[in-house]
Amino acid sequence: MMIRGFSAAALLLLLSSCQSLDEVRTARIPQGEYVPFFDADQKPVEVRSFHLDMTPVTQSQYLEFVKKNPSWRKSKIKRLFADPDYLKNWKADEQVQSEQAPVTYVSWFAAKAYCEWRGQRLPSIREWEYAALEGKRSGERGDASNDNQAGILNWYSRPGKEPLPEVAKGARNQYGLFDMHGLVWEWVFDFNSVPKSDGRSSSSEFPEDLFCAGGTGSSGDPGDYASFMRFAFRSSLKGSYTIRDLGFRCAKGES
Amino acid sequence: MRSHLMLFLSAMLLLPLPAGAQEVMEEETAVVTYAPEVPPAITRKKPAKVIVKIETRELVARLADGVEYTFWTFGGTVPGPFVRVRTGDLVEVHLSNHPDSKMPHNIDLHAVTGPGGGAASTFTAPGHTSIFSFKALNPGLYVYHCATAPVGMHVANGMYGLILVEPEEGLPKVDREYYVMQSEFYTKDKYGTAGLQPFDMEKALKEQPDYVVFNGSVGALSGDAALQANVGEKIRLYVGNGGPNLVSSFHVIGEIFDKVYGEGGTAASDNIQTTLVPAGGSAITDFKVDVPGTYIIVDHSIFRAFNKGAVAQLKVSGPENKEIYSGKIGDEVYLPEGSTLQSIFQESSSRPSASSKEERIKLGESAYKTNCMACHQSGGQGIPSAFPPLAGSDFLNADPNRAIRVLLHGLSGPVKVNGETYDSVMPALQLADEEAANILTYLYNSWGNAGHEITPEQVAEARKAGKVENS
Repeated sequence: MMIRGFSAAALLLLLSSCQSLDEVRTARIPQGEYVPFFDADQKPVEVRSFHLDMTPVTQSQYLEFVKKNPSWRKSKIKRLFADPDYLKNWKADEQVQSEQAPVTYVSWFAAKAYCEWRGQRLPSIREWEYAALEGKRSGERGDASNDNQAGILNWYSRPGKEPLPEVAKGARNQYGLFDMHGLVWEWVFDFNSVPKSDGRSSSSEFPEDLFCAGGTGSSGDPGDYASFMRFAFRSSLKGSYTIRDLGFRCAKGES
Repeated sequence: MRSHLMLFLSAMLLLPLPAGAQEVMEEETAVVTYAPEVPPAITRKKPAKVIVKIETRELVARLADGVEYTFWTFGGTVPGPFVRVRTGDLVEVHLSNHPDSKMPHNIDLHAVTGPGGGAASTFTAPGHTSIFSFKALNPGLYVYHCATAPVGMHVANGMYGLILVEPEEGLPKVDREYYVMQSEFYTKDKYGTAGLQPFDMEKALKEQPDYVVFNGSVGALSGDAALQANVGEKIRLYVGNGGPNLVSSFHVIGEIFDKVYGEGGTAASDNIQTTLVPAGGSAITDFKVDVPGTYIIVDHSIFRAFNKGAVAQLKVSGPENKEIYSGKIGDEVYLPEGSTLQSIFQESSSRPSASSKEERIKLGESAYKTNCMACHQSGGQGIPSAFPPLAGSDFLNADPNRAIRVLLHGLSGPVKVNGETYDSVMPALQLADEEAANILTYLYNSWGNAGHEITPEQVAEARKAGKVENS
């Protein structure tokens, strides 16, 4: 695992200061460039610095939100905001399945409400992808012999386990982010759109691109199966959907 | 166009039909089956609305003995369920993605006329169901598959199956129908390596699978699970190829397809040995089984059969038919030409020639043991109904010159020896004159035969006369 930009001492300090589960830990993602996956032109776009939660939101963190916001309880939620599977694996309104496991079976509306309650927001696709790719350029990402990609595909391939594993037990990337791959899918703010390098986001041309051989024409990197899968997964969603392997984390700062 | 015309005609004939009325279709839920079973033929004479329910599931299952793989499936099996509808049917597809799935899935049915074959309309997140309908316009046998990006991986993990759109008049009746679908798997480790094998993207890109199988795993149609039939039955195989990459050279060893509906279409070709089945394509093969036994079904791109698992079995029971297939009726020593000739000539040049009849008999005995005894036996008695006797043989004693020519040039076709007819083949024996003379002298002076001595000069003379024509 790569840990860059952290001295060992700083890392220890950071870890020891993170014992409190209530405390929200975020990592600063430095400004940089990123080539959107769905862009045949392969022009880099700038991503400004922002903060991102180090881990997906846990069930115990989400419980706190539910306690203070009763309208987001399992028994009170409006159908408009979440489908009937909302918090399906919780035993009761205030009884989680596993405290340190990521909260899943949450809708986009719920994830957004949670982040806003905390004074934060959901990351954009661009921010999430930029943070997950750790500066790898498109083209490098799709190398089939890349061990990282093989590992990601392996997780994507396997049916999920019940209950979900705890957060922060998996891989950590160079920005200090845990579990970007290999634990759960994550909601992003603009989940049903495709960022382009000219700055606009297209939602109209997106889904068609993802079927069959489509998609390869508009992506600069047809070998980047992991990205195809993330984009395919996100584009299958609607805001009210709740899914066993779908959680989220929050962002803060410039967008 | 044709359906509009039909509707118009039926409106003309059944006059009390109000203007603009639609024909009311019966509704039914499709009977789906899992490979190798095929749903029963459709007996309806009219189109209907047919509901097809398919669930996508991701699960770990057996790929080969000791080898597991995480399959992505339609219906929990590879290949997915067999769907059977009739031309003109309105097919309503309900695609449900199991809540445990990690991936969104969809279905592209090649039987569909319309963009994406239903893919965009059925794109479904885990825990949801999508519905769309299509009109089955063209008869044929069609592949369906998942078309979610990255498509190759969804197909490589097992997401395909077959849908048959029967022609309005149905297909010719057969006694048994089976569903066989080929596909290949790309695993991290090589063929047979035990354990749960992850998908290997690099091998998939290079189109170098370790497994090529029928019906989703090595041995899925072998042993107790072999396809079954009885002698005299007409068999129809609905053959699909899920790919994702390889084109199949589909062949049944020991059978000739009486009919092949090539590429799953409606035109049939007769008398086909091996038929190409494209990735994402199909074929319908009809054949009558005349002779009992086990027939091996292979991809005749043969390393796939021998080393990668592309083998299935069809076991046919019933009475033998020796006229069509005799079974083994001969087992002979085969002495190839050329090499034997050379070695015998070399040997004989270093061998002393006989100076007396006794010596000739002695040398002849040893040459007989080497060249003749395997068939004609140590006492010259031969083998009943296979190899004629030399002991007390009327055929041998009647004509020494003919005997020399038979020994040198061989003999084939029926001969009568001591009242028995033998219809077999004696190979030409490449012998030197001296050696042939010794053997024949030995024969004529053994087992009650005529007692002649044959000389090398006689042999040389008879050799010129060539083969004994026997018909």
